[in-house]
Amino acid sequence: MGFGTKAKIKIKGRIISKGYAEGEAIVSKKKISFLGDVDPKTGVVIDKNSDIYGESISGKVFIFPFGKGSTVGTYILLQMVKNGVNPKAIVNKKTDVVVASGAIIAEIPLIDEPERDIFEIIKTGDFVKVNAYEGWIEIERR
Amino acid sequence: MYLTKEEEKMLNSENESMRKSMEILIAVGKIFGAERFVEIKSAQISGVSYKNIGDAGLEWLESINARVKVKTLLNPAGMDLERYMEMGIDNEFYKKQMRIIKAFKKMGVKLSLTCTPYYICKPSFGDHLAWAESSAVIYANSVIGARTNRESGITALASAITGRTPLYGMHIKENRKPTIYVKAKKTEPAIAGLELGNVIKDEIPLIKFDFKLNDDQLKAFGAALASTSSLAIFHIENQTPEWKDFEKPKEKIEIDTDIVKKGCDPDLIAIGCPHLSANELIKIAHLIDRYGKVRRELWIFTSKHIKNRMLEIVKKIENSGAKVFTDTCIVVSPIADRFNCIMTNSGKALEYLPKLRAVNVVFANIEKCIRIACNGG
Repeated sequence: MGFGTKAKIKIKGRIISKGYAEGEAIVSKKKISFLGDVDPKTGVVIDKNSDIYGESISGKVFIFPFGKGSTVGTYILLQMVKNGVNPKAIVNKKTDVVVASGAIIAEIPLIDEPERDIFEIIKTGDFVKVNAYEGWIEIERR
Repeated sequence: MYLTKEEEKMLNSENESMRKSMEILIAVGKIFGAERFVEIKSAQISGVSYKNIGDAGLEWLESINARVKVKTLLNPAGMDLERYMEMGIDNEFYKKQMRIIKAFKKMGVKLSLTCTPYYICKPSFGDHLAWAESSAVIYANSVIGARTNRESGITALASAITGRTPLYGMHIKENRKPTIYVKAKKTEPAIAGLELGNVIKDEIPLIKFDFKLNDDQLKAFGAALASTSSLAIFHIENQTPEWKDFEKPKEKIEIDTDIVKKGCDPDLIAIGCPHLSANELIKIAHLIDRYGKVRRELWIFTSKHIKNRMLEIVKKIENSGAKVFTDTCIVVSPIADRFNCIMTNSGKALEYLPKLRAVNVVFANIEKCIRIACNGG
């Protein structure tokens, strides 16, 4: 099935942190540690090994496989919210405890275990709705 | 995930901290496929040092408005709460650290500030716990036979507030089964732990040592093993409480550890990672007696609980020129930054100090540490 000009795809997923948000997608295929890999003042990815090095996740729907590294990363999401540079929502392939708890305490909607391969379907710049009350995401290619 | 009526109530609580605690634990339960919760006997929270959690952690802790439901202990902070000046801690760090301590106190957490909570409140065989300090987790599971996963500071606090942990991992007997049989030659337990963790990764070992380890050696071994692996349990043949409950693993390996000596001349000798037991303090006092006056910086770390029980011994040790600090340790405090080369008997410190504090390290057993501290060479 190809995308039409206004094609939309809806994918079901598992609710981890409740909420709703929509926005531009930023997609990374690499795991990330919010402690050390992201600048909590700007929301810019500062890990040189990242495939989105130098890009900002601020105000976007952040799509990545799962988190890694120190549990202190949990607090970083909260600090990003305070600095106004947090991702609007998160979609993970399979989330981990650090990212999940971070999203919950920072009240960032998080869905994981999407029923289809999100890395095939979603590209950076696509418009994505994350409904983590009902458990689905919707992708609109731009 | 199945929730009892009480758990439902906590999830729908008007108290935001309670509600979020429950949400975090349900997320953890989903991640690990837990079907329900289990009630815990105690919790132990990590992420106490301002050096580690920073302003982000501090502000979050201060925002919590709930009291813990079960007995809850605390990992070491970044400084001795009374003798921070002697450690070279600046005023800014002191203030931030005290705000963290105050936030925990408000929640009803016991300010034990130790990585050896089992000396203060020893769990019983089979108790379910939510402990976070990796060396305490592996000790509780392996040496005591209690049951806890390796919690983060946040999940442990959520469990403290709700009195629950999701039932998965180490809480289920079958998951505690050894999967690899290890023969360890006579060696320093701390070094054997480091080496084994590097070799086996996530396999649960059943180990055959050619000598019987005492409790202090079990502590040192486990702390080292947990620092180079994500393991929460080990078994030792003819010794630990659950080793006989499972079939002997078919896969076998041998470890032969020779200590790699990267010579650096220590400007600090640090003992007490994990915090010293009463017996270890006595041993140090005897060794200092044997070797005379302490001529290099010798810092010894234990809990306030043990120190207060051993005041005479502590006084004797300090009269020799050594310092006995409490509430903190060499790994979580910023003090290590000031030194070039730290000698330690701790496998855990050997693993973490170069990574976290960018200092050189050299291993020596407790006897050699004291000898070097006294003779100077």
